[in-house]
Amino acid sequence: MSSVAANRADPETRVGATLVQAASSLTADTVLPPAEASATFVPAPKPQLKRRAGFSATLSHIRYVLSENPVTGFAFALFLLILLAALFGPALVPYDPLASDTAAALKPPSAKHWFGTDQLGRDIFSRVVVATRLDFGIAVASVALVFVMGGLAGVAAGFFGGWTDRIVGRLADTIMAFPLFVLAMGIVAALGNTVQNIVLATAIVNFPLYARVARAEANVRREAGFVEAARLSGNGEFRIVAFQVLPNVFPILVVQMSLTMGYAILNAAGLSFIGLGVRPPTAEWGIMVAEGAAFIVSGEWWIALFPGVALMVAVFCFNLLGDGVRDIVDPRRRT
Amino acid sequence: MGNLLLKRLLAAIPSLIGVVIVTFLLTRAMPGDPAAYFAGPAATKEAIEQIRAKLGLDQPLLVQFTRYVGDLARGDLGTSLTTGQPVAAEIRARLPASAELTLLGLIVSVAIAVPLGIMAATRSGSMIDHTCRIVTTAGVSLPVFFTGLILVYVFYYLLGWAPAPLGRLDVFYSAPPTVTGFYLLDSLIAGDPEVFLASLKQLILPALTLGIFSLAPIARMTRASMLAVLSSDFVRTARASGLSPYTVIVTYAFRNAMLPVITTLGMVFSFLLGANVLVEKVFAWPGIGSFAVEALIASDFAPVQGFVLTMAILYVALNLLIDILYGLIDPRVRLEA
Repeated sequence: MSSVAANRADPETRVGATLVQAASSLTADTVLPPAEASATFVPAPKPQLKRRAGFSATLSHIRYVLSENPVTGFAFALFLLILLAALFGPALVPYDPLASDTAAALKPPSAKHWFGTDQLGRDIFSRVVVATRLDFGIAVASVALVFVMGGLAGVAAGFFGGWTDRIVGRLADTIMAFPLFVLAMGIVAALGNTVQNIVLATAIVNFPLYARVARAEANVRREAGFVEAARLSGNGEFRIVAFQVLPNVFPILVVQMSLTMGYAILNAAGLSFIGLGVRPPTAEWGIMVAEGAAFIVSGEWWIALFPGVALMVAVFCFNLLGDGVRDIVDPRRRT
Repeated sequence: MGNLLLKRLLAAIPSLIGVVIVTFLLTRAMPGDPAAYFAGPAATKEAIEQIRAKLGLDQPLLVQFTRYVGDLARGDLGTSLTTGQPVAAEIRARLPASAELTLLGLIVSVAIAVPLGIMAATRSGSMIDHTCRIVTTAGVSLPVFFTGLILVYVFYYLLGWAPAPLGRLDVFYSAPPTVTGFYLLDSLIAGDPEVFLASLKQLILPALTLGIFSLAPIARMTRASMLAVLSSDFVRTARASGLSPYTVIVTYAFRNAMLPVITTLGMVFSFLLGANVLVEKVFAWPGIGSFAVEALIASDFAPVQGFVLTMAILYVALNLLIDILYGLIDPRVRLEA
């Protein structure tokens, strides 16, 4: 069991990779006792898990996953598109997203304005593209924040147990006692109506998810062979957490990150839809849908539709991507 | 059974305490000076001090907390700055509107998701199975406010089937006399089918929006747990004994497969109560969600706090109810208690 677990850490740790190479040159049925492998704590791999070292092996595995599942490939392509829009969008769009032109207000989609114009004559296509950076940024920032908070708290809870575990568990339970979106609303309302607080609130409501996953994963590794070996060779507990347990829990948390990205975007857009965080005239998908909502009943569908579709496509992409990333990082959990 | 009930009730207490502490801390986390904030922008220094003393903000945090809990015990959630009305009364008056919408949303969601999940499981790999997968993926990807707007555009603007998305009842009708606060039930009690139909028409689109949003976890769980149950020994025995497929699926498999589905209802309620706020805004629904949103825009914190607290208490109560329901359905849980 422990050897399977330990094998998961390897692509990142270069030293480990070379050791795997060295070990795999031994005959397949030679099993190293943990103490001998303790220099880098990667026990001999099981024969079927034998891997080529380093980056090229990871790349070929990614290529395999992508070619085997076209949906994942599609999601990756979509993700690249979103990334491009986030990085270069403001430089590429045909119009200034904030420039109003009252003569061209409320025009339906045309060759001049691909997605039409809103009540102030602003070009919706430009606004949708430019908004990518903000929406994507909020989601990435909040997921990265909860990755650090939840990951560390969860690993500490699972590894040390005792009162650390009780405090983290109690904290997670308390957050889970709220309907999550309602709690996020309350947090932003209390801390102040800013984008930073939207990021923080989205991170907080996701905290229990990350903390629980990290806790469970750290807990199974607490008594694992490679941890015992590290302990026997004189490593302190914090060093073990930092260099043995964290690298092993890391891939699973990365999967969790990509699975919750979609929810983070939805949460942030929902908050700005009800008027929290992002303020007009900033281009942001949630607020643009909110602005378009008033015109739906009079038939100007394009103002709300395009930012809404952008939002939907982004969330859909991240949800698919989550499954894909899981296949790449954590092949044992494939569905 | 009484034993189980007591155990579950006790287990809910820490959650409630946590909820009260968090909502208390949220008020204290407000940036700036709450006294100056409550006094308004034109207040003098003395007025601010007066309000500080009146709100007890010059007291230590623990004293403030005891006071807060005492107020809560008396059902006092503070007063709204903008309307000057007590928050608790306003929430009590608006809660039935939200509850009616949420419950109907749940009914719609279960009515679509459970049959869909069962059919997907019994005909694994078929068109229905693929439909189920697409519907559940779309369900979690669609922003709930966006679904609502699309439904309004299609069914109100294009087709004209639905009434204008403006509240619980068309202006031509007057609300039925309040008994339960649910217009559907109240109009039936009053024997007024016209009002019943009118309020049902207003309800359909928002309830459908909520249903679409929350059906994904139910459908997914129904499918997964039906698949597991259908491959179990007792189903094989039932089939081998020559029982009709209907009896096997409904009487034998379905009743066992429902247990995990009931557990996911907790998550579904978290979704529903949160999404409720957004749907209420889209459909100008006069519930507690839109009350909180209006207060948010006016930077009026007391109603928001009251709203968060009410929602959290509701959610804890619903989870408790789910636990008890679980115990009623599954005798093994009762034996453990």
